[in-house]
Amino acid sequence: MLTKEQCFEQLLLGKAVKSEGWLEQIRTAALEHAANLNFPSASHDDWRFTDLSALFQHGFHPVATYAKLTLSDIEKFLIPGAIRLVFVDGCYATELSDLTQTGTGVTVASLADRLGDPWVEKNFGHHAPYKQDAFVALNTNFFEDGAWVHVASEVTRPIHLLHIATKREVPSAIYPRCLVVMDASSRATMIEDYVGLGDGIYFSNAVTEVVLEEHAQLQHVRVQREEKNAFHIGHCSVESGRASVYTATSLAFGARMSRHTLHVTQQGEGAEMHLNGLALISGRQIADTHTQIDHAAPRGKSIQLHKCIADGSAHAIFSGKIVVHVGAVGTDSAQSSRNLLLSGKARIDTQPQLEIFNDDVSCKHGATVGQIDADALFFLKSRGLTEERARNLLTHAFAAEIIAKIPMPSLVESLGRTILERMSGVPT
Amino acid sequence: MINKGSKILLEVKNLRAEIAGVAGVAGIEILKGVDLTVRAGEVHAIMGINGSGKSTFSKVLAGHPDYTVTGGKAVFEGKDLFSLAPEERARAGIFLAFQYPVEIPGVSNSALLRLAYNTMQTERGLEELDPLEFDDLIQEKIKVVEMDPSFLGRSVNEGFSGGEKKRNEILQMAVLEPKLAILDETDSGLDIDALRIVAKGVNSLLSSDNAVVMVTHYQRLLNYIVPDYVHVMDGGRIVRTGGKELALELEARGYDWLRAAA
Repeated sequence: MLTKEQCFEQLLLGKAVKSEGWLEQIRTAALEHAANLNFPSASHDDWRFTDLSALFQHGFHPVATYAKLTLSDIEKFLIPGAIRLVFVDGCYATELSDLTQTGTGVTVASLADRLGDPWVEKNFGHHAPYKQDAFVALNTNFFEDGAWVHVASEVTRPIHLLHIATKREVPSAIYPRCLVVMDASSRATMIEDYVGLGDGIYFSNAVTEVVLEEHAQLQHVRVQREEKNAFHIGHCSVESGRASVYTATSLAFGARMSRHTLHVTQQGEGAEMHLNGLALISGRQIADTHTQIDHAAPRGKSIQLHKCIADGSAHAIFSGKIVVHVGAVGTDSAQSSRNLLLSGKARIDTQPQLEIFNDDVSCKHGATVGQIDADALFFLKSRGLTEERARNLLTHAFAAEIIAKIPMPSLVESLGRTILERMSGVPT
Repeated sequence: MINKGSKILLEVKNLRAEIAGVAGVAGIEILKGVDLTVRAGEVHAIMGINGSGKSTFSKVLAGHPDYTVTGGKAVFEGKDLFSLAPEERARAGIFLAFQYPVEIPGVSNSALLRLAYNTMQTERGLEELDPLEFDDLIQEKIKVVEMDPSFLGRSVNEGFSGGEKKRNEILQMAVLEPKLAILDETDSGLDIDALRIVAKGVNSLLSSDNAVVMVTHYQRLLNYIVPDYVHVMDGGRIVRTGGKELALELEARGYDWLRAAA
């Protein structure tokens, strides 16, 4: 068992990835920042609910050789009809990817292959805070490859970015990375998908940067369905331009301990955002979701619905900060945190925060924590359903409201099955 | 229809029940010795003023967790009803149509109906139906309550009008085919058209093998579903039993004369 300091030292000893020019400068700076920042302390305001001690117990090693997978190994994760980019333990897997249907108006490629693209240079590392956040800094230094998505027009096929962690002999650290640029008036649907194969111990430290130019529309689905012994810490920074529409649906099902930070900034006037989130956990799982919405331009709109469902002795955390800046007049914001406790030992912390720096705004927020509705439970039992089935059905229904917001029926169905697998007894 | 030779479905003797107390507060006794015998093929109406215990009686029979049985017994087809969990009572053939149907966002009406139906099929040793097979069945059943098929895809009772919710209860009854249906103020909040549809649905489900117990305030429902017996409840007991003419008398004279007599 390691100490917190030893665990961090071990991460800093990761495999150095050599790059040229601008990226090498960013990597070098990121490593320095990481070393200076270290892991957040337990008293840090953004981390005080999140127990990282299970993470600190392990020494995570860089991935030296990559597993060879076949399509049949990952069949259950595939989304029919999608443009697919697959990464195995952070390394681009050409043979598992499918770019044949990519078509015109969109670039979907390995980031390492496109470092010469001026759009990559212009955006990489400019949005995610590697100078302030140790995990972002570690990723920015150690990432090997990642997804580069550049959408110029309307893309009808969903873009599936599948990040697979394999079971390895020693605990491994992997650094998935995504960079997404939506040109003016472009449209796309993208799924960032984090999965595991086997029950190995690994630390998936992911960073995603998203830029929406004016009038762009992105449906951004994020699914964290890591293996049960995994640790997952993800950060996503989004900058949205004038009259753009950004919709995020972020789901956390897996991992022993997970944290997802979503920071969206409305830079342009009249931008619209819909943030939907769901954490569904049991056993000893910890799932933490931190979101921050910065209304930095006039007449922006944000609607947020986050749900946590915690069973067993699981601990779910939601912290949702909304900042309305001085010039952001006419901001319209609504945030709702709804939570379901399924056991007496489970715990949910929810923390909505509003910071408003001008008068001309409409901001609503609310949070509820409850248990399964007793009347609904009795009703279902009076129709012949067992207690377990009735509870599972009601839990599923609570979760389904978020999952139904995903604009892909096949994914909705397969995620529905994922939930059902976690709650035995409900037929499909 | 009364047939003294038909088998007894439900026999309730001297039933006493209280609403469960909370944190150190004792429960309050609501049922104070109810007797009722229901045979196959019969339609019973239980009438009474607010607070007489008639809704409590229906909930106690279905196993509502807010109530505790403190005395007496209820035998349903030879089984001790109070030893069964609510879902076991449902599977044994008891159905409660709720006075206030519950809304369940996120659960589609058709999914619930199929789940409940298949539970009964398993109980009866029959094959479960897959969604396609069940769809054929449900398309027939919704005709019973003149319901638009679009209601099947909607969440259970969510956004339904009062009348639609009550029709939905009868649809559930049509799918589950209970032996004993207890209708708890199913007529309340219904306009005359909805009342007619609900009553027609219930009548179409009646047979010589099953029975209905209707709990109601008003005689109006009994014009559409004609009872073999009318019982008047007061103070947690059945104080008078008669034929359908008793309901008309109650309509004309009110309840006070009975209360005085009791």
